[in-house]
Amino acid sequence: MFTYVLYGLAGTGLAVSFFKDRNKTIMALKKAWKSFENILPQFLSILIIIGLALAILSPETITKLLGTNSGIWGVAAASVIGSITLIPGFIAFPLAAALLKNGAGYMQITAFVSTLMMVGIVTMPLEIKTFGKRATIIRNALAFVFSLVSAFVIGMVL
Amino acid sequence: MMKDFLKRYKVFLLLIIINAAIGFVMPEVGLKSVNITKQNLIEMISIIPPIFILLGLLDVWVDRATMMKYTGKGSGFKGVLIAFVLGSAAAGPLYAAFPVAGVMLKKGSSLFNVLIFIGAWSTTKIPMLTFEAANLGIAFTLTRLALSIIGIIIIAGITEKLLKTRTPKRVI
Repeated sequence: MFTYVLYGLAGTGLAVSFFKDRNKTIMALKKAWKSFENILPQFLSILIIIGLALAILSPETITKLLGTNSGIWGVAAASVIGSITLIPGFIAFPLAAALLKNGAGYMQITAFVSTLMMVGIVTMPLEIKTFGKRATIIRNALAFVFSLVSAFVIGMVL
Repeated sequence: MMKDFLKRYKVFLLLIIINAAIGFVMPEVGLKSVNITKQNLIEMISIIPPIFILLGLLDVWVDRATMMKYTGKGSGFKGVLIAFVLGSAAAGPLYAAFPVAGVMLKKGSSLFNVLIFIGAWSTTKIPMLTFEAANLGIAFTLTRLALSIIGIIIIAGITEKLLKTRTPKRVI
């Protein structure tokens, strides 16, 4: 649904832009393509790595690792899996809900969801392209620590 | 031309070979991986065009002075809020946010605000939040959201502090 809103925005933006200045609009499209083509090699590589990672780390395997009584090791496993893999939300949240039903605690689930969203080992090459190595490593390391902290906080609150 | 292509796409080509090799040894895993990649590719391709078109329009129409005024160094709380709302209103995976962040940096947004934007894009995207609440409950989602907002600000602050000695590399 939200995708349509984005398309609507982009479409309206293009139309207004075209109406105001044709050349600028063509330039905008050229820039859009150039930025996309710039990340395309990494983008395609990332997709294959995600495919491989998810084929090996199937939802069944993840459930086993984070399931009943996995405790602190479950949190560790959850944060490592979350950092490496890149599972789209529409798969990740139902998976997390299923994990909860199967006995995983809120702590493990938070570690998993939070690292999944904030830490991206696989996407680091792309991030480095924009922010440089140092900033990328710092941001990801901090996000990892933050994920652990919020896992413990949520584990205690809920 | 061909050589250039090979150089840029060598990792990608290598991964295809690896995937094929895995498929040869373990057909089940190989096939599953191809299927997941295909699914993801279709999903990404459907969401990426509008993001990059908006990025192009942003690059062409918003000049440096405007961007600096609203999200630059002296923009204060308003700048943080704008970065936060922009990131939260987004859709798509985090790595689609990096090129947008690149344009923002180039146009004079402060690093702190760009990091807030990245943080918001990663965890407080509105469509994702509704989906999270539907699956994991409102209490979980709201607690995590509250923590995330604090976390995003802390992460942006520390990252910026640690980088103060060096300016980040700017591409695009």
